Amino acid sequence: MSNNLVIGIGALVVGGVVGYFAGAGNEKIVEVEKVVEVEKQQTATLDSVKSKGFVQCGVSQGLPGFSNSDDTGKWTGIDVDVCRAVAAAVFGDSSKVKFTPLSAKQRFTALASGEIDVLSRNTTWTMTRDTQLGLNFAGVNYYDGQGMMVPKSLGAKSAMELDGANICTNTGTTTELNITDFFRSNGMKFNLVAFEKADEVVAAYDAGRCDVYTTDRSGLAAQRTKLTNPDDHMVLPEIISKEPLGPVVRQGDDQWFNIVRWSLRAMINAEEMGITSANAKSKVNDNNPAIKRLLGSEGNFGAELGLSNDWALNILSQVGNYGESYETHVGPNTPLKLDRGVNELWSKGGILYAAPIR
Amino acid sequence: MSFSAFFYDKRLRSVLFQALLVLSIAFGFFWLIENTVSNLSEQGKSVGFSFLSQTAGFQISSTLGTWLMQYEVGRSTYLDVYFIGIINTFVVAVLGILAAAFLGFSIGIMRLSNNLVIRGFATLYVEMLRNIPLLLQLFFWYFAVLRSLPSRREQTELFSSVAGINITGLYLPAPIAQSGFMIVILVFIMAIIGAVMLSKWATKRQYKTGRTFPAFWAGLGLILGTPLVAFLALGSPLDWSFPEFKDTGPLLRRGFQSGTGMVIVPELIAVWLALSLYTAAFIAEIVRAGILAVAKGQTEASYSLGLRPGITLRLIVIPQALRVIIPPLTSQFLNLTKNSSLAVAIAYPELVSIFAGTALNQVGKEIEMIAMMMTVYLTFSLLTAAFMNWFNARVKLVER
Repeated sequence: MSNNLVIGIGALVVGGVVGYFAGAGNEKIVEVEKVVEVEKQQTATLDSVKSKGFVQCGVSQGLPGFSNSDDTGKWTGIDVDVCRAVAAAVFGDSSKVKFTPLSAKQRFTALASGEIDVLSRNTTWTMTRDTQLGLNFAGVNYYDGQGMMVPKSLGAKSAMELDGANICTNTGTTTELNITDFFRSNGMKFNLVAFEKADEVVAAYDAGRCDVYTTDRSGLAAQRTKLTNPDDHMVLPEIISKEPLGPVVRQGDDQWFNIVRWSLRAMINAEEMGITSANAKSKVNDNNPAIKRLLGSEGNFGAELGLSNDWALNILSQVGNYGESYETHVGPNTPLKLDRGVNELWSKGGILYAAPIR
Repeated sequence: MSFSAFFYDKRLRSVLFQALLVLSIAFGFFWLIENTVSNLSEQGKSVGFSFLSQTAGFQISSTLGTWLMQYEVGRSTYLDVYFIGIINTFVVAVLGILAAAFLGFSIGIMRLSNNLVIRGFATLYVEMLRNIPLLLQLFFWYFAVLRSLPSRREQTELFSSVAGINITGLYLPAPIAQSGFMIVILVFIMAIIGAVMLSKWATKRQYKTGRTFPAFWAGLGLILGTPLVAFLALGSPLDWSFPEFKDTGPLLRRGFQSGTGMVIVPELIAVWLALSLYTAAFIAEIVRAGILAVAKGQTEASYSLGLRPGITLRLIVIPQALRVIIPPLTSQFLNLTKNSSLAVAIAYPELVSIFAGTALNQVGKEIEMIAMMMTVYLTFSLLTAAFMNWFNARVKLVER
């Protein structure tokens, strides 16, 4: 080894060690700065939203019915409507919202770092996410669950008839566990064919490799539109897992949390009271005090949220109630053809039950 | 000794800096591991392999792996899942290497044919297959296989209804060993040892006396004949489970019945086809290059000594060509093994799919599990390389 080389390596080593310790010190400083930054954000989401003039909303990268952008770049879907409702409540203008498409991996980081103000991206509410990620779920705007799709020609009316079936799904989620648990607990046998991506699952199911395709029911509805003959397939009634989807905000900013939570509840309460985008303005002077409180002609509910008293009136006249949003984006008259099912109001046999505004 | 004298002592200095280098590398590794562990514990994650004894709660498509490991949901552990992945990867690698080598040698020789049609076909094959990405070929073969097979409630009978095929797989009779079958296997192993010794004795005698002995045919007879005699003498200690096909009754019950015969899933067929056809294109080129590398004078010299073309090819050309072929061929075998991880895309339950995919998602031990998986591929590759190096040492130019 030449002398110069030896000295050079020695210098590199010494430099590396010194650099490491110096770097370690810097990291700590950066960390402290981050904490301060996060605290600032946490106390003032509403203020920062008002000062920048729009709500920054995290959505999916394209899930028809939930959050999807058309060829003009306009976002639609029931998740998108939650974002628009928040914008209408804050600004009185549902168009003051910007969307950030996020992958499943990016979504929580984007919210925690303050890149977005609210995450409305078909996100399942689970205990781990609620307690360990520094986030809060502001409610549920769609009760999803894992379901099964079969060809109608199979003649099966219930998942209990599927003993010995071949089942296609994709890896990487809890779908494999849920379907295994379901078949085991019912003492039935099955064969699982698990693909890496949803596109291949659809193609293999379409080719007849499997009798059953299992994933979340909203996903089944969206993927069914890609089959050769969507009408030849049906979704079985069984729901084998609970997937409550809803908007998420950062933990520690109760004011902003309340605004998002009550924007969603206003939409659900309005459907129950029969307030629609068409009649909202004329209902302001309705005789029903509950309607008056919701629409701001009685009480001071908007101001308590830090908003104007016509916050809910703006949501309903510009976005509409929950039922309208559902029918427009995922209901039976859309390509997704999803019945209301459990997502019906509690008074009509579903489980949508919003706390009253009083 | 003053400091400067110490610093200018050439030997001492080189030892010092080498020691420093070793220390800093050790420190680097320590820092990397320490940092990882502390970052993981900050996220509330522990490090360790205790998860391997947990039971795995998901179903795996029935393959050789699940059959050998007796996989059962709720009883089998993640370690079993690991072994199933290894077995299934191994199956694809071995089947693929055999088929690719056979096909590659044939196509390579066809490319050197004097017949324009044969040569043209071989050229077309090589240029098409090696220039299309493997993943696309995998999808092509998978969906070509699926679309060309009869549906789940129908079948195409093979070998007069002993076997059958439809979209859920190729169904073959499964052997069930009875007591005494181990003796047949033992006899078979002894016959192989005997054949090897026979061949050695024949070579020795030929060197000594010049007399030839048909060692190949005698060996083949020994390997096939003796176990057969033992098998019959023990009263055929082997039962067969034939695949059962129903085409009556409720629709869902129709088709091949589970638990009868054995099934080769279409995913395995597709992966095997795609990997062998793709790798064969590369092997064909290596074989062509190897044969062309043998100087023409070698053949001419052999002919002028009066050796026939068959013997010339076997004793003069191929041994010399192999020297050129073996090293790059090894790389192709290694590539094939590693490429088998693409099978995750079409649902073949190999290591990446079930262990680094499904199991990783349930357990979340990324570092441990990926390290375990890398160990498997490294071991497979090193074993293949070791075998091929041994083979290479046998055929390479013996220098005196």
